[in-house]
Amino acid sequence: MKLREIAHSRTGDKGNTSNISVIAYEAKDYPLLVAQVTAERVRAHFAGVVEGSVVRYELPRIGALNFVMTETLGGGVTRSLALDAHGKSLSSALLDLEIEAPAD
Amino acid sequence: MRTIRIGSGAGYSGDRIEPAVELAEKGDIDYLVFECLGERTVALAQQARLKNPDTGHDPLLEERMSAVLPLCAKKGIKIITNMGAANPVAAARKTAEIARAHGLPSLKIAAIVGDDVLDACKQGDLPVLEFPGSMKQLGNRIVSANAYLGAEPMAEALSAGADVVITGRASDPALFLAPMIHAFGWAMDDWNLLGKGTVAGHLLECAGQITGGYFADPGYKDVAGLARLGFPIGEVGEDGSLVVTKVSGSGGAVTAQTCKEQLLYEVHDPKRYLQPDVTADFSEVEIEEIAPDRVRITGGRGTARTDTLKVSVGYVDSFIGEGQISYAGPGALARGRLALDIVRERLKLTGVAASELRFDLIGVDSLHGPQVSAQANEPYEVRVRVSGRTENMREAIRIGNEVETLYTNGPAGGGGAWKSAREVVAVASVLLPREQAAPQVRFVGAEP
Repeated sequence: MKLREIAHSRTGDKGNTSNISVIAYEAKDYPLLVAQVTAERVRAHFAGVVEGSVVRYELPRIGALNFVMTETLGGGVTRSLALDAHGKSLSSALLDLEIEAPAD
Repeated sequence: MRTIRIGSGAGYSGDRIEPAVELAEKGDIDYLVFECLGERTVALAQQARLKNPDTGHDPLLEERMSAVLPLCAKKGIKIITNMGAANPVAAARKTAEIARAHGLPSLKIAAIVGDDVLDACKQGDLPVLEFPGSMKQLGNRIVSANAYLGAEPMAEALSAGADVVITGRASDPALFLAPMIHAFGWAMDDWNLLGKGTVAGHLLECAGQITGGYFADPGYKDVAGLARLGFPIGEVGEDGSLVVTKVSGSGGAVTAQTCKEQLLYEVHDPKRYLQPDVTADFSEVEIEEIAPDRVRITGGRGTARTDTLKVSVGYVDSFIGEGQISYAGPGALARGRLALDIVRERLKLTGVAASELRFDLIGVDSLHGPQVSAQANEPYEVRVRVSGRTENMREAIRIGNEVETLYTNGPAGGGGAWKSAREVVAVASVLLPREQAAPQVRFVGAEP
């Protein structure tokens, strides 16, 4: 299944860094996010977009992950040549990630 | 326990006007905050001010103030805003004019000055945070340098009786923290309270983004009434407790989901959200729906503030030229790609001096690039987009021209060509020792 089925997401921007939250709709699915939505997978998913590092922060109390991606916004929101200089649309791309459902 | 109700009347400079009027009319609020100052807005405003010393404040100041001032004055609602941009004193004078025109001559209007730290920044050679370089290297390209001030001067203005407080660059959450400090007498080293207040300010600062804006995704996250979206109200207790809500009957929704998304918006390390007043810790925050459109937020914390203030440095970075043209029907994608190839070759042939170029097909790969977009289906129509960075306006104009000439020199059926060329004022950040900024409160009328 797609990540979209179990999580929602929002993108924020600061300079040339984008952050994307991934939030479980239901608390029970949070461990699935922790196990499968790793920083490495996110970096691979955004090949050609993220030119820097991806760091993941965990927020178990709200069932959320926060990904901080450097060198992602075309040199910075205020100077980027990109149509979506803020990277607002990146969250939708991340929700396309394939998730393996637990065998229950 | 004492509580105050703070309404968030704008989330950016161009935001809708009437949700703030709704908050003032029906929100039973004590304070109305307008956050209107984007990262580079101060630099653009400073350029305007250099041309005309009476300008440099937010362009919608008059419209927003005229819409809410009489109602707020009648109800005793205090207004706090960063619409001062590069000229808070001029914004305060303009607001005083509007107040007089509405028969409210006794309204007390305060400007906060001192965020302009250009001189202090020029004395040293502070390193830029975002790229290798320093203030000196940006040299005469620098337009402005403004420190993100904290809540203290705004709280001081409120305590001195201000009905309207107008700042330039200040941290966005601080606009909300200020009335809490003023109303509850919080100590400026009570890090946990300041951390809780910062959580509240951060959640509220983008207005509609916590009431259902920037959220809806049909079939997954449905939101009713986005055309009449209600803006948020924070009910804050003197112990830092918080309930986020909105005017009953307005559009949108306040849910645990909207609050969670906004909590992490533009946040990096959730344990260290750096603010001028406190290092806020969002990592233990809990979010609970207690009634329809009422969400309780607990668990915000804080640790000591840092010794530096973040400063936004506006500088003339480059020029950007751009052109677009559309193709449709069978073969649209192939013609779009051919068009891009032609422009790529033309820019080389004619020697356009661009340091960076970007070739997009809108509808195919313009948002996430060719790798992420590789699975996309063939669209009915595509829009060619070429943009490039140049050192001057003359070169920037040539980029759009090479797209426009596709009309008569390019693939069949190209329509709707459009072009632009603009100067880019970009923003870089430096850290300034906090004692080098000296914010002050100035009441208009007390001016010479």
